[in-house]
Amino acid sequence: MPLLEVEAVSKSFRGLRAVAEATFSVERDTISALIGPNGAGKTTLFNLIAGMYRPDAGEIRLRGRGIGGLPAHRVCKAGIARTFQLVRPFDDLSVLDNAVVGALNTERTVAGARARARAVLGHLGLGDKMSLIASHLTLADRRRLEVARAVATRPALLLLDEVMAGLRPGEVDELVAMLRTAQREEGMTILLTEHVMRAVLALADQIVVLHHGEVIARGAPAAVLREPAVLESYLGEDALDGAGV
Amino acid sequence: MTAVRRRGRVALIGAVVALAIALPFVANSYILSVVTLALYLAYAGQAWNVMMGFAGQLSLGHSLYVGLGAYASAGLFSHFQIGPWAGVWLAIILCTAAGAFIGALAFRLRISGVQLSLLTIAFAELARIGFDHLDWLGGPGGLFLRVAERNSVDLLGFRGPPAMYYYTILVLVGGALGLCSWLFRRRAGYYWRAIREDEAAAQSLGIDVFRWKLYAVALSSAMTAVAGVFFAFYYNNLFPEQIFSFGRSIEIILGPVVGGVGTLLGPIVGAGAIVVLGDGTTELMNRIGLDIPGGKQVIHGLLLLLVTIYLPEGLWPPLARALGVAPRRL
Amino acid sequence: MPAFSDLANAVVSGVLTGTVYGLMALGLSAIFGVIKLVNFAHGELMTLAMYAAVVASERLSLDPFVTMIGAAALFAALGYALQRGFINRFVRRPEHSQMLLMIALAMIIGNLLLLGFGPDARGVQTSYQLDSFQLGFLLLDKVRVYAAGAAVVATGVLAAFFRLTLTGKAIRACADNPLGARVAGLPLGHLYAVTFGVGAASVAVAGCAMVPLIDVTPGLGPVYTLLAFVIVILGGLGSMVGALLGGVVIGVSEALAGLLIAPSAKSMVSFGLLVLILLVRPRGLMGPVRR
Repeated sequence: MPLLEVEAVSKSFRGLRAVAEATFSVERDTISALIGPNGAGKTTLFNLIAGMYRPDAGEIRLRGRGIGGLPAHRVCKAGIARTFQLVRPFDDLSVLDNAVVGALNTERTVAGARARARAVLGHLGLGDKMSLIASHLTLADRRRLEVARAVATRPALLLLDEVMAGLRPGEVDELVAMLRTAQREEGMTILLTEHVMRAVLALADQIVVLHHGEVIARGAPAAVLREPAVLESYLGEDALDGAGV
Repeated sequence: MTAVRRRGRVALIGAVVALAIALPFVANSYILSVVTLALYLAYAGQAWNVMMGFAGQLSLGHSLYVGLGAYASAGLFSHFQIGPWAGVWLAIILCTAAGAFIGALAFRLRISGVQLSLLTIAFAELARIGFDHLDWLGGPGGLFLRVAERNSVDLLGFRGPPAMYYYTILVLVGGALGLCSWLFRRRAGYYWRAIREDEAAAQSLGIDVFRWKLYAVALSSAMTAVAGVFFAFYYNNLFPEQIFSFGRSIEIILGPVVGGVGTLLGPIVGAGAIVVLGDGTTELMNRIGLDIPGGKQVIHGLLLLLVTIYLPEGLWPPLARALGVAPRRL
Repeated sequence: MPAFSDLANAVVSGVLTGTVYGLMALGLSAIFGVIKLVNFAHGELMTLAMYAAVVASERLSLDPFVTMIGAAALFAALGYALQRGFINRFVRRPEHSQMLLMIALAMIIGNLLLLGFGPDARGVQTSYQLDSFQLGFLLLDKVRVYAAGAAVVATGVLAAFFRLTLTGKAIRACADNPLGARVAGLPLGHLYAVTFGVGAASVAVAGCAMVPLIDVTPGLGPVYTLLAFVIVILGGLGSMVGALLGGVVIGVSEALAGLLIAPSAKSMVSFGLLVLILLVRPRGLMGPVRR
């Protein structure tokens, strides 16, 4: 059974269709990437899976259990954690305390949560910054903190929303490596949305392409990125006419 | 912190504690009553601070809980001769229920900001008018308790000399300090701080924001209930017009706002400042021969004004930093 | 069950008083709607105006309906100065900071009034205080009718100001979209000050109209502040008609509650309505759908 199943999910806002009958699934212990031009509905889909919105139609299942429409904190308890496109760590709290909040999701004691938080922060390269206040970090570190905080909740599925945006290529490679390691060590499955193709190609086992809220392609990266429909969505119909595709 | 600093700080704390314990023996009854009042405001402010600091909700109707707590315990004592040690439990149950009710209403319906504050005022006003019509609790004429014998200590009935009340409120303030400190280090402290920072992010980390905000509100109202019980048995008379009034609600928030909302010691520092400046000035005026009714409140208003304009953090954080101490936030 | 004529009289009396409430609430609606300022000192301004009418009556033998013109001008100027010179700096501060600022001002004004006038109730007795108009079985107090008349006229002036003058339109633009207004080059500081001045002037007229009906004490401030907020929320933010309507609803419910239940139950109705509205229809009777 796939870990996550999204089946014919639709969502509209005041008549505007953001997501239209999206269907795809994510297998356990894999990394999948959700790509598509701006406005394609990627973040909306994320918000639907994470419980911030309720789907108008369709089903979302985690380990076979329906989670569509559950409030965000219940979705987290079920095993899904997420990061946000516009980073939002707890600015007045220290790096360690940020991660502790996440760790308390599964740890019963504060001491246990602190231990777990320390471990996760170490894996994500923040081990020597634990007592710093979150608002004093660089963007790259804030990104990593948000990932660490989410990982600390021991999710089965980690949703990463454009986590590479604004990072320099060196930082992208670093984060890619950390995510690979984290995914392996934590036994997580990752679903990420990205514009930074470098990261997508380095990480993804599967790519799902969204356009105007619909899934127009999914499969192995190499195949998907050659599909005409995908190229058209990014480059436009006219661009393809002379490209001999 | 250097060893010298640490020893200095311990010595300072020791001196304060020693003075606090010795006060009834060294000070005259006027000073004692003023300090008792300051401690009462500090405690009520600490209770309010829990709701504001932890749940981020500006309650301007906290007099509701003081009044409910006071009337519940006073009513039991007056009609059924049940002492305050048992009465306080009824007070706590009633106030927690009221607080949870109002909180649940507000959070479910997403009422916040001005409208929440107005809602809290409305409930306090409804209680004021309601109790004005409850004749078996005294009605507008007031509910009176048997006045304390100054020399005998009746612990069960909580009647006794002023020193007894002083020590009680001192213990309450210390207890509140300890409770908030303790909670700060537990799951509750982490979750409440997360909620205060960013509710949506907190929710995404598995925190049931609604439930935890409700916990903060319930704790705050429960603590305030005890303040009400103390009030009833210290002052021995209750009038709905006074105890549920908007002015009383403002009086409760003055301490924490002036001292520093959301900090551990802010309410205590603030209450101290208010009483020293307010009652101190009034006393000075009386000595000169001036009698200005309402003068104390003008001073309170001025203090609130100045703090809001120039020291929005409150008095305590800058003072703490000057003393080289980090102002502990809730 | 009281006689129909009693009920009718109560309702009419409530409508008349309600228009004065409505005018007072209009001032708050303008201030709250445009400047987004939570004016917890609104009631104190009302009380101040009432005392001004008392003083004018005692020292200058002026009828409050004459005083209100001078008071309106004076309060407009004072309000402008207060906003321009002082409150404008707080417009960007968080909401609870503003609330506390205005509460502080309210405390100072209210207690200075106590200091100056003492706690005893003061009132104004006009020469026609006890006269009334008779319309069938309806007995309308002259003072009440004049008060309502003044309120209606003042509201008309306000409506004309906001709808027809350039400044008024500019103010409405600010309320709708402050950033856009700034970008368009509107002088926000000045416009906010004008708004506060207008709000204060409305309160001045309302206060002078009210004082022949109700005696004033220094502690009346919070009562009127809360009443104004109830009316604004009931009628819906940003709606002038809503404020008037809300005022009338409150006026009538108070009058009926006083007649049917007990005189002391009057304010209970207002607060009960507030709770109900906040829970059931937070946008009020005429408020915008967006919250």
